[in-house]
Amino acid sequence: MTDAVPKLAWKGVTKRFDGRAVLDGLDLSVAPGKSLVIIGGSGQGKSVTIKTALGLMRPEAGKIELDGKNVVGLSEGARRKLFSRIGVLFQGAALFDSLTVWENVAFRLINADGVPRKEARERAIEALDQVRLAPAVADRFPSELSGGMQKRAGLARAVVARPEILFFDEPTTGLDPITAAAINQLISDQVRRLGSTAVSITHDLASAQTIGDEIAMLHDGKIIWRGPAAELRTTDNPYVRQFVEGRAEGPISHAV
Amino acid sequence: MAEAEAARRVANPLQVLGRSTLAAVRMVGSVGVFAVRGVVAALTPPWFLSQLWRQIVAIGFFSLPVVGLTAIFTGAALALNIFTGGGRFNAEQVMPQIVALGITRELGPVLAALMLAGRVSAAIAAEIGAMRATEQIDAMRTLSTDPFRYLVGPRLLAGVLMLPLLTAVADTIGVAGGWLVATRVLEFNPTVYVRNTLDFLQAWDVVSGLIKAAVFGFIVALMGCYHGYNASGGARGVGRATTHAVVSSAILIFASDYLLTTFFTHAAQ
Repeated sequence: MTDAVPKLAWKGVTKRFDGRAVLDGLDLSVAPGKSLVIIGGSGQGKSVTIKTALGLMRPEAGKIELDGKNVVGLSEGARRKLFSRIGVLFQGAALFDSLTVWENVAFRLINADGVPRKEARERAIEALDQVRLAPAVADRFPSELSGGMQKRAGLARAVVARPEILFFDEPTTGLDPITAAAINQLISDQVRRLGSTAVSITHDLASAQTIGDEIAMLHDGKIIWRGPAAELRTTDNPYVRQFVEGRAEGPISHAV
Repeated sequence: MAEAEAARRVANPLQVLGRSTLAAVRMVGSVGVFAVRGVVAALTPPWFLSQLWRQIVAIGFFSLPVVGLTAIFTGAALALNIFTGGGRFNAEQVMPQIVALGITRELGPVLAALMLAGRVSAAIAAEIGAMRATEQIDAMRTLSTDPFRYLVGPRLLAGVLMLPLLTAVADTIGVAGGWLVATRVLEFNPTVYVRNTLDFLQAWDVVSGLIKAAVFGFIVALMGCYHGYNASGGARGVGRATTHAVVSSAILIFASDYLLTTFFTHAAQ
């Protein structure tokens, strides 16, 4: 890393569940405007890493800094202000069932930013267009969309307010390879268009290499490898090689 | 090992009692904190009026059929029972007054609340629980919107506002059920029945029932929100939350009914 203040940094973050340290003194940072992808096996703490940064889980120890300021333990009001700078695409899209697609996309604009509904609808349809969803989709309910369309709507909701930081939680889980590739490309395009800092977690290596400038591997609550996305398949780190090659035998197997 | 541990726990009733007491105290504290946060969210801006309207329609309007049907059959059955029972000591003729008193003070609010516990509390717990399971509540927070203000506050307000109205409807229909049986089956004079009822009833009989209903409405909405909001464990957790919402609502309705009745009785003396 350079000496510049990272956009987002985890410093010695520890989070335990039933005595087991899922994050064990995690140190990780991402520079402004860069896209970092965190990979790792199931149960290694990838989602917890994002949730601690979002304040949805509170770590037992350590600091999480946004632009150099610790955000652990912020009040609800301060957290809400912070969220105005953040966009999140959840694993299952997490669209609100009772609202139409455009109301989902415009949720923040209407309920937090006080944008009039007419203008919010226009901005939502524009955001839907950017993720290649037709205006006709705007008045449908989430249950009427395919998984890929729900992910696109979730992406539109994450980017509509032009956030400084974007989080992507397993953006391609449950999608076929072609739809997954389309989602990866859309994520990559949107991050570049907004110039946002992005943090993603995934098992999907193709996704990691498409959307990430850098990739970090999380294992046993710590980052055990970090490097440019292009080096993921050439590194000789035995953990990464086992993960990339999908072998059952290797240094990770004892932990599975 | 596990069996030995289980046996040891069963063998020590004091430990079981202590653990249960601690769990109960934790639960009461947790519900109390949740209720205070919910009330603050309901009474202070920003208000989500579209959500409030949606809940008013869901809780109030769509509960009318079930509350109305329950009230008419209860009023009718109560009239028959009072007439038959009262006949043992020549008190058949006070049946209209007893039906009116029983419905307005007790059965109207309690039965309407129990119907809402089954219909509304369960639905609230299932909806919010499913939102919890699918990360929709987390998503709402990341969209700079407080779930307590958006989800809990409007439901609590709608519960408190709608159950008294539903109870007023249940009172009217319940008394009408008694009137129907009295005039069609028991050959009471329709006009005299109505006049006896109206002459006997006092405003406080109705008002005390409506006050009870407001408290029950709060309980029904609170239990649905609390158990849904704290649901965990996927679909099974949502099912558990729904059951807990209905059962705890029903128990709290009966308990608070007794406490309120006691309070009103002492206040009237």
